[in-house]
Amino acid sequence: MEPIVTHTGNTAVLPRVNVDTDQIIPKQFLKRVERTGFGQFLFFDWRFLADGRDNPEFELNQPQAAGATILIADHNFGSGSSREHAPWALQDYGFRVIIAPSFADIFYNNCFKNGILPIRLEEEKVYKLMENGKDKKYEITVDLPKQTMTDGEGFEETFAIDEYYKEMLINGWDEISITLQYEDKIDQFEKNA
Amino acid sequence: MKPKTIIEKIWESHKVHSEEGKPDLMYVDLQMVHEVTSPQAFEGLRLAGRKVRRPDLTFATMDHNVPTENRSSITDAVSKKQMETLTENCKEFGVEVADLNSPNNGIVHIIGPELGLTQPGKIIVCGDSHTSTHGAFGALAFGIGTSEVEHTLATQTLWQSPPKTMEVRVNGRLNPGATAKDIILAVIAKHGVDFGTGHVLEYTGEAIRGLTMEERMTICNMSIEAGARAGLISPDQVTFDYLEGRKHVPEGEDYEKKVEEWKALATDKGAEYDAVVAIDSEEIEPMVTWGTNPSQGVGIHGRVPSPDDAKNNAERKAIEQSLEYMDLEPGTKMTDIHIQHVFLGSCTNARISDLRAAAKVAEGRKVADGVRAMVVPGSQQVKLQAEEEGLDKIFKDAGFDWRQSGCSMCLSMNPDFVPEGERCASTSNRNFEGRQGKGARTHLVSPAMAAAAAIAGRFVDIRYLEEVITN
Repeated sequence: MEPIVTHTGNTAVLPRVNVDTDQIIPKQFLKRVERTGFGQFLFFDWRFLADGRDNPEFELNQPQAAGATILIADHNFGSGSSREHAPWALQDYGFRVIIAPSFADIFYNNCFKNGILPIRLEEEKVYKLMENGKDKKYEITVDLPKQTMTDGEGFEETFAIDEYYKEMLINGWDEISITLQYEDKIDQFEKNA
Repeated sequence: MKPKTIIEKIWESHKVHSEEGKPDLMYVDLQMVHEVTSPQAFEGLRLAGRKVRRPDLTFATMDHNVPTENRSSITDAVSKKQMETLTENCKEFGVEVADLNSPNNGIVHIIGPELGLTQPGKIIVCGDSHTSTHGAFGALAFGIGTSEVEHTLATQTLWQSPPKTMEVRVNGRLNPGATAKDIILAVIAKHGVDFGTGHVLEYTGEAIRGLTMEERMTICNMSIEAGARAGLISPDQVTFDYLEGRKHVPEGEDYEKKVEEWKALATDKGAEYDAVVAIDSEEIEPMVTWGTNPSQGVGIHGRVPSPDDAKNNAERKAIEQSLEYMDLEPGTKMTDIHIQHVFLGSCTNARISDLRAAAKVAEGRKVADGVRAMVVPGSQQVKLQAEEEGLDKIFKDAGFDWRQSGCSMCLSMNPDFVPEGERCASTSNRNFEGRQGKGARTHLVSPAMAAAAAIAGRFVDIRYLEEVITN
């Protein structure tokens, strides 16, 4: 997994609530047996018109969102299906950070396994970021060890994150290798069962 | 001793390792596997040279891609490859798989209980959010992503932070015509689409105790639609009676011993939860959803709301988004909404009792002109049972399509879908945009309400179906 320590990037604003994983990556693209190549299908039904051209109305297709690596989203982002294809698609498209007032649990958890930092931030602060980024290119710098984000224009916020997940992202750890260090304890648990 | 919830009891008995500042390392008793969320996990094991630690605690099936008309020829090459990949992976890693030729094949959350793999007190995971279904047995069952599928295959454990607990109390007795599906849709409508985030729900109360195992599964199945990590029900005699004699359940004295263990799991009197919500059964009418998330539902005599009814900004936005996609005007009566499709199926409502309830409505009647209705049993066993009871004949005589088992039009990964702009009364669990097909409009209902909608061509109160038809 690609580690994430500090990250600076352009933002894309997606002011829709309850964006579910069916929207992030529709089911017709879940048939691949690989982990890669899902970015081209991200938000497919919103992003493309029936004839395959970009839908100019969709937020990610706006010129100010070009090359965005930070997604500013709304409440309950990533709800619904557990499909990890959702973070795979977001990551493959280029996103490394997602900021929202709230996330669905499984999606939130899946992000950490794929080098994406999900940041929970109070609603009014997220809406402030959305306001700042909605009509123009808007860069944010996230510092994970310090747990801060800044825009160089006066916006500065700290965010909370679980220590374990923070370490995992900073080090790009493979979780299975960590767990296998506890193999004796797993053996013991099975013996006692 | 401090009284405990069943959630705390299961948690404490499954900790392999626990230390300050880290999630707990939890033992997993059963992992169910299906073709969509597992190929990358097996590939990960192969690349790292790892094995499946406990193939005997792992069970696979194929359900999402399965065609429901002709199972012997799969025309979609990519679907076919995904199913073949599962067969090859299971062979290579020594995992039992109920493939398309197996009499035990079916939707993963239907066959686990059928085979008695699902049991009280177990921690059960699957790369599928509706794993919460198994909670009906007093198991702690939750959906995971593919990385965690791989982690569980390799180590039989998962790192998990202890969940918060929430009691969802359903008081009183159900109104006639209201079902388990209506309970869960009403609970989510009342408390919101994410009220369960971060929590494991325990459903309690007189109405829950009065439900059969199949009905309890319908409730727990949709816990994820409230954003919950899992949902469960303390086991009781109803649970034990369902399990006795099933393939993977111990027999004789071993069974008696197990029952004693299971009895001790139930939440202790006086145990405290982190949160409590409640609903009175008298409030619960047969429900229909009008929007694009499962909380956007009302009783059959309700109307489509207006964005002005919203309690806050987020809800206003949600209503606006939904009305546009669903092409509905505020104030429209639910009984004035006409449908073109009916889907009876899914891990929420495709067990034998669901089909019986729908067949009772369909018997001697005809599907309305211009409506395509299909019945997709949840498993091959359910299909067989229904055919023994003659339900297939009732459905076919009424003009329903009688299909093979699978996930089918719940998410339309197989050839079954709803065309753009058309409406479907569906017994599944999600009314998300595009879920049943690009531009498809889904309304969630119970099996009896779906069958009634098929007959009337629009939503009707199941209690007054006869009057509606004769008028």
